[in-house]
Amino acid sequence: MQILKSVVGRKVFMAITGQCMVLFAVVHMLGNSSIFIGPDGINAYAKHLHDLGPLVWIFRAGLFAFVAIHICYGIQLTLENNAANPTAYAVKKQLKATFASTTMIWTGLLIALFVIFHILHFTARVTPGVVQGVDALGRYDVFTMVVSAFKNGGIAFVYVVAMCALFFHLSHGIQSFFQTMGWNTDRTQCTISTIGKAVAFILLAGYAVIPISILASALIK
Amino acid sequence: MSDHNTMNLTLHVWRQKGPNAPGKLETYEAKNVSPDMSFLEMIDEVNEDLIKKGVEPIAFDHDCREGICGMCSQVINGVPHGGQDRTTVCQLHMRTFKDGDNIFIEPWRAKAFPIVKDLVVDRSALDTIIQAGGYTSCHTGGVADGNTILIPKPEADYAMDAAECIGCGACVAGCPNGSAMLFTSAKVSQLAVLPQGKVEAATRVNAMTEALQQCGFGNCSNHYECQAACPKGINVKFIAKLNREYLKAVFE
Ligand code: HEM
Ligand code: FES
Repeated sequence: MQILKSVVGRKVFMAITGQCMVLFAVVHMLGNSSIFIGPDGINAYAKHLHDLGPLVWIFRAGLFAFVAIHICYGIQLTLENNAANPTAYAVKKQLKATFASTTMIWTGLLIALFVIFHILHFTARVTPGVVQGVDALGRYDVFTMVVSAFKNGGIAFVYVVAMCALFFHLSHGIQSFFQTMGWNTDRTQCTISTIGKAVAFILLAGYAVIPISILASALIK
Repeated sequence: MSDHNTMNLTLHVWRQKGPNAPGKLETYEAKNVSPDMSFLEMIDEVNEDLIKKGVEPIAFDHDCREGICGMCSQVINGVPHGGQDRTTVCQLHMRTFKDGDNIFIEPWRAKAFPIVKDLVVDRSALDTIIQAGGYTSCHTGGVADGNTILIPKPEADYAMDAAECIGCGACVAGCPNGSAMLFTSAKVSQLAVLPQGKVEAATRVNAMTEALQQCGFGNCSNHYECQAACPKGINVKFIAKLNREYLKAVFE
């Protein structure tokens, strides 16, 4: 398959898988926000999700495949790019490249590490100190699990740092998707780049507000 | 006559005897440099001095010295062709520098551009990419009448903007990935919008991107450093156009 080796083809795969993960991240953030409704909000939401049964597993398998493709091509392309530029200049000025664009591999790997931790933490619930229980309606008590976890400053910190990595990754990644798919011109460039950064920031704010507000209220009390 | 406007500069120049020899930055003084000189004329004067001292002069590429051939190729203070926007080294004038400045002069650096000597690099990889598909196939014969093939003004302008590329390789030199995607996309886009080039658009984009990869250039990761480095201001919209042409070719 030519497309799986092409300079453009592989980036198209990276762009599409990445953009699907962004969609997941948006939906996941909106779902998480149900925690502000209280135990009834997020516990009911989690129960609905788990009641989907096999659908959940089909969705998880698909998402896992996307993450794997994205990471494998990401590593492969980065290694090739480093090999294509083996000698550094004694003096080099960056004219247009940004902190975000030049650290994609590192922010990406940081997010991957976080996702592993996060799944062990809130999905598999095997990390030490996870509070497990059921609420009055016999549903799994996600609310208490999350709130008690983020009262721990260390855990809250890990989540916020990971969300910052996600912010940088997406502030370059979202506009990059449009360029790679060829849906960009000189007239749309500026707008697309601004929208990309705005979406990345909304995700950062939407996710980080949960650990920050829980930790802050715990500290005030 | 001593001109109070002349400057004294310190140059840090990459010297390398041959492709496999080790290289290093050497320091030279450029004395009494007139602000009206071009950057290359300044190096010419330094070379005169070096020859008088019995030192091997600095080897560098140049040809037209009027900003159209794309031969001159130096990274000056970390920017391909120096800090002045849309200007080749040969068109860069010494009035953009100040007395006492330190100037770092390095060759284009990329795996696909091996150093021949000092500031001279081998850019034939760009020719390889053009040979792979940067042309239109047509029958030769009598000269065709002008305007037998009508081309709408917007398409003609678009093609001309892409054709402004002088093939100097600054895009590769500036790219953190050593990618020649801007160069390749300019030719792909120029030919893809013209009736004479449309016919072979699909095979062209496949062949040229494959050649780019085989020559050892990196992949584009949309830093857009190339556009900023380009002395002709070739726009990264042409890279998006190349991606579009590639996807069209996949589904054809
Ligand atoms: C502070 C921010 C976040 C919070 C509070 C949070 C919360 C949660 C919770 C509670 C679950 C378990 C849901 C359940 O099974 O009942 C979960 C699952 C998951 N989260 Fe997050 N999450 C956050 C950020 C992220 C980010 C940024 C990503 C990656 C883009 C992510 C990826 C996942 C994945 C892959 C799962 C597993 C989904 C599944 O197994 O179907 N999370 N998250
Ligand atoms: S020498 Fe021809 S462009 Fe500079």
